[in-house]
Amino acid sequence: MTATTQPTERELGRARRRKEDARLITGRTRWTDNISLPGMLYMAVVRSPLAHAKITGINTDAAKALPGVLGVFTAADLGAEGISLPCAWQITPDMKSPKAPPLAVDTVHFAGEGVAVVVTRDAASAEDAVEAVQVEYDPLEPVLDMEAALADGATLVHPDLGTNRNALWVFDSAEAGSGGDVEQAIRDAEIVVKRRFRQQRLIPAFMEPRSVVVDPTGEQLTMWSATQVPHILKTMASLTLGMPEHKVRVIAPDVGGGFGGKLQVTPEEALALLVARRMGKPVKWTETRSESLLAAHHGRDQIQDITIAARRDGTVTGLKVELIADMGAYLRLVTPGIPILGAFMFNSIYKFPAYRFASTNVFTTKTPTDAYRGAGRPEATFAIERIMDELAAELGRDPMELREQNWIKHEEFPFTTVAGLTYDSGNYEAATAKARELFDYDGLRAEQRRRREADDPVQLGIGISTYTEMCGLAPSRVLGALSYGAGGWEHASIRMLASGKVEVVTGVSPHGQGHETAWSQIIADRLGVPFEDVEVLHGDTQISSKGLDTYGSRSLAVGGVAAVKAADKVIEKARKVAAHMLECSEADLDFIQGKFTIKGTNRGVTIQEVTLAAFTSHNFPEGMEPSLDSDYTFDPENFSFPHGTHLCAAEVDTETGWVTIQQYVCVDDVGTVVNPLIVEGQVQGGLAQGIAQALFEEAIYDEGGNLVTGTLADYLVPSAADLPHFTTDRTETPATTNPLGVKGVGEAGTIASTPAVVNAVLDAVRHLGVTNIDMPCAPQRVWRAVQAARGAAKSTSEHTTETAAGGGLGSIDAQGGTQ
Amino acid sequence: MIPSAFDYVAPTTVDEAIQALSQAGDDAKILAGGQSLVPVLRLRLAAPTMLVDLNKISELRGVRDDGNVIVVGAMTTHHDVINDPLIREHAALLALATQTIGDPQIRHRGTLGGALVHADPAGDLLAPAVALDAEMVIVGPGGRRTVPASEFFVDLFTTAVQPDEVLIEIRIPKKTGWGAHYEKFQRVAQAWSIVAVAAAVRTEGGSIAEARVALTNMAATPVHATGVEQALVGQPATAETIRAAAEHAAEGTSPMSDGNADPDYREHLARVLTQRAVASAAGLAA
Repeated sequence: MTATTQPTERELGRARRRKEDARLITGRTRWTDNISLPGMLYMAVVRSPLAHAKITGINTDAAKALPGVLGVFTAADLGAEGISLPCAWQITPDMKSPKAPPLAVDTVHFAGEGVAVVVTRDAASAEDAVEAVQVEYDPLEPVLDMEAALADGATLVHPDLGTNRNALWVFDSAEAGSGGDVEQAIRDAEIVVKRRFRQQRLIPAFMEPRSVVVDPTGEQLTMWSATQVPHILKTMASLTLGMPEHKVRVIAPDVGGGFGGKLQVTPEEALALLVARRMGKPVKWTETRSESLLAAHHGRDQIQDITIAARRDGTVTGLKVELIADMGAYLRLVTPGIPILGAFMFNSIYKFPAYRFASTNVFTTKTPTDAYRGAGRPEATFAIERIMDELAAELGRDPMELREQNWIKHEEFPFTTVAGLTYDSGNYEAATAKARELFDYDGLRAEQRRRREADDPVQLGIGISTYTEMCGLAPSRVLGALSYGAGGWEHASIRMLASGKVEVVTGVSPHGQGHETAWSQIIADRLGVPFEDVEVLHGDTQISSKGLDTYGSRSLAVGGVAAVKAADKVIEKARKVAAHMLECSEADLDFIQGKFTIKGTNRGVTIQEVTLAAFTSHNFPEGMEPSLDSDYTFDPENFSFPHGTHLCAAEVDTETGWVTIQQYVCVDDVGTVVNPLIVEGQVQGGLAQGIAQALFEEAIYDEGGNLVTGTLADYLVPSAADLPHFTTDRTETPATTNPLGVKGVGEAGTIASTPAVVNAVLDAVRHLGVTNIDMPCAPQRVWRAVQAARGAAKSTSEHTTETAAGGGLGSIDAQGGTQ
Repeated sequence: MIPSAFDYVAPTTVDEAIQALSQAGDDAKILAGGQSLVPVLRLRLAAPTMLVDLNKISELRGVRDDGNVIVVGAMTTHHDVINDPLIREHAALLALATQTIGDPQIRHRGTLGGALVHADPAGDLLAPAVALDAEMVIVGPGGRRTVPASEFFVDLFTTAVQPDEVLIEIRIPKKTGWGAHYEKFQRVAQAWSIVAVAAAVRTEGGSIAEARVALTNMAATPVHATGVEQALVGQPATAETIRAAAEHAAEGTSPMSDGNADPDYREHLARVLTQRAVASAAGLAA
C-alpha cells in the first residue's frame, strides 16, 4: 500500500521553483553534445565563404590524407542531390519553391551553406579536415537588397524559378467580408499617415548550439537532436529521406533554448543521418558558435510600409500593410509563413473598419529566415504601435489617449476583428490603469516637459505598447485554411503506476520553459496527488509517441489542456472503480483532493487505492478494461489572446546618442497563471529579447554578402548588465476557450517591448525634429538623427559605413599577435 | 572551435621562458591570461606551433612599492590590479580602467601584461599606461631593457616586445593624490570600447596643476592628448575651461571606421568623453 498522503494546498498559482533547474543549471544532464556512443564518429561541415557562386571543383585529397579522416562527402557522394529539405507551408498555390538540398549542388546560395562534410574519428581531426578541403568557386553576383531583387533584370537567386519573388500573400477585409475597402478608407480619410519601418535581421542565438547524434545500429535508427520539434523531425526525416516512419526514433534530450531557432529540420540533421547510414556507425555533429550565427536560420528582416487612415478626432478608419519579407536563400520548415503569422495582428487591439495586408516574399543570397520568438507577431506589433504614435504626433494627441479611443472595450468581448479573428476575452483598460499607476505616467510627462524647456542634453521620452498577440497554435481547421501542412492539436497521456505515482507524457517539447514543473502542478491538482508524485515525460518519440512540439506559446494552452483532459478521463475511470470498491453508485461519489467519498459519509478511497486496485485487477468492475491510463488529443477551438500594456521611459543623451532605459513597467494579461515564478521568468527573458531588437542586435551583411556579425563580439546580445530593472505585474482575464483559462506567455515580452522602447527613444527627440530611427537604436544612429534634425550634421554621405571591425576580436587577422 | 595542434611548455622562471621562445622561433606565442589568445586559437585566426605559458612563473605576479614608482608584475591579473591598495592609492586611473574590462571571470584570468602586449587599440589599459607615463621592462636573450609607454605601442597589435622577449613588469610613477577617471563608451557591457578617455588631474587651490589625458581606440595605438593637457594646465578647474580644453581631444587622432562608429562620430565622442573624463577627474560633476 502507498504511504502517500493527499495534498491540501492548491498547486495552480503556486510560485514553485522549477524542479528541472538543478540539472539544467549544473549541466549534470544529457545535452546532445554530452552523448558519446561506442565507435561514434564526428562530422563537420565545409561551408561556403561566398554568398553566391558556382562550385567549379572540390578537391578532397589533402583532407582524406589527414590522420583520423574516414571520409569526405559531397552531395553527390551521399546521393543527396535529389533530396529537398521540407517546407511545410505552401502559402499560395503558385508559391515558388527552390530545391533545398542539404549540401549545395553546383551553386552556393548563401555564405555558410554546406558544400561538403568530413567524417573523422575525433572532433579535433574534423576541424583540421574542414580546413584541408579545397573548394574552387566562380563568384556570381550576390542578391542582397530585397527591393533590387524584385526589380526587372535582377540577378536571380534560383534562375529556374524565373523570379526572386517567392509569393504574394494578401488578406483584404473587403474581399473577406470582415470589413471595408481600405483604399476607399484612405480616400475618405481626414488624415493619412504613411511610414516605412525596417525590421532588421536577427539571429536567435540560443544558448546551446545545435547538435545531433545519429545511431544507425538498431532496428530503429535513433536520432538525438537539440531540437524544439522531435515529432515533426521524425515525420519529416521519414518523408524527405526515405526512412519508413516506424524505423525512426527521435529524441530531444534536455535542450538549451531555441526561441524558434530550433523549430527546424536542418540540413545537418539530414546529413548526420545520411552519413551514419553510410558509415554504419553512430555519428555526431555539433556546431560552433560561429557556425550557429552564420548558418542556423535567422529571423525578422522585413520592410514594412504602413498606411493608417483616421478622422481628425482620432478615430482610425483604415490600415494598409505592405511588407517585403526576406526568405533568404531557401525555404525552411515554415519560412514563407512567418509574415502570415503576423497578418492577423497588425490591427491589434484597435477597431479598424478596413484592413489590407500584403506580403511580398523575396529570395536573397542570405541565410534562410524562419521562426524567431514571436514569429510574425513582433513585426506586426512593432508596426502598429509605432504608427499609432506617429498618428498621435500628427494629430497632436497624447498617444495613450489615442489608443484608448480606438481599442476594444472590455464589455465588447468576444470581439471579431477586421482580420477575422475572434478575441475571446481581454481588459485593456484594467492592464493600462495598473501600468500607469506603477509608472507615474503624469509625473514623467512633467519631467519630460521640464527637460525640454531647459534644453537638457539628456532628454526623456515615454514609449507605449498596448499589444495583443495570438497564442496557442492552433486550431487545426484554421491551419488548414491557411494551407499549412499539419494540424495544431496536442496529445497527452496519463499513466497511473501501481504505487500511486503518476507519469504524464506530453507531446510538447520543452527546451527551457519549465514544463516539467508546470505540468506536475496542473496534474497534481487535478488528480489530487502530491506534486512530487508526478513525473513529466517528453521529447522521446518512443515514450511520447504523438505530439506537435513546442513553439508559438502553444505548450500550455494546447498541450497543458490535453494533459488536463487526459487526467479527467483517468478520474472518470477511477470513479467507476471506486464505486465498485465502495459498493455505491458513481453518482454518490464526490472526488475532492484525490479522494472519492460517498456523499454525506466519511467512507472513501483515495486515487492511489483505486490505482492499486486497477493494477491488481483482482476485483474489477464487470466488463471494464483493467486500467486507468488515459490519452487525450486536444484541438483548440480558437487561439488565445494575451495582451498587456508596456511603458518605457528612456533617456537619450543627445551629445552621444546613448539610450538609457530609465524605467520599464509592464502589466501583462496572460490569463490564468499556473506558476507565477515561471511566468515572471518568461516575461523578463522576453523583455530582454525584445529590447535587444530595439537597441542592440542586428545581423549585418557586407556588400559581398558575408555576415560580419559572426561572433558574439559583434552580434550584441545584451546581458543583465545592459538592461534595467523591470517592474512587472499582471491582470488576470481568463481565456474562455480552454478549461484552464490560460493564454500563453512565451513570447509576450518580446512582442511588446520592442516598440515601447523605440517609441520612447523617438518621444525623447521628436521635439528636435526626429521622426524615425532604424533599429537597433545604436548610439551613432541616434546621434546622427539628432544632428540631421538640428541641421548641424555634416552630410552623412561623406561617411560610408564600412563593416570592417575596429579593435577587438574581429580585427585580429592570422598575424594577430597576442601575449 | 578546436585550435590547430601546438606544443606547450610551462616554464617556472623568466630565463626558461626566454630559452623556450628562442628555441621555438617566430611561431611561438606567449600564453598569459589567455583572454585574447585562446579565442584567437579557437577561431583558428592564429595557429602558433608552440605556446609558452607564463602562469607558473610566480615572480611575474604582484605589486610592489619601489620609492617613487610602483612596480606591477606583468602576470598580475586584472582582479588583483583592481584590488591592490598601492595601485588604488598611487595609480587610481589604472584600477578604474581595469574595472571596466569584460566581466568577473575575465578579470580573474586576464593580466595587465597580456593586455598591454596584445595591444588591441580598443583595449582599455593602453591609454592609462600612456597617461600614467608607465615604463615597460622587457627581458630577452640580449638582457633587460626599459621602454616608455609612449614608445611601447608600435602599431595595431604590435609592441616593442620582440618574439623572443617577455614583458616582465610595468613601472608606474606614483601619482598620489591625483584625481582620475576612465570614461568608456561601448555598446554593451562586455564589448570593446568604441572610444574611451583616460584622465588624471592634479588640482592645486582650484586650478589644474598637472593633467594627463590619453585616448583609447582613436588610432592604431593609444593617443596622448597633449593639446588637451596644455589647454588645461594652469587654468581654473571649471566646467568652461574643461569644455574648451576638450575641444582639442581629436587632434592628432586617426580613428577607424567600423559598424559602431565612423571617424567623425569617433572624433565627436573623443571631445565629449574627454570633457566628461577630465571633469570627473577634477572632481566636478560631468
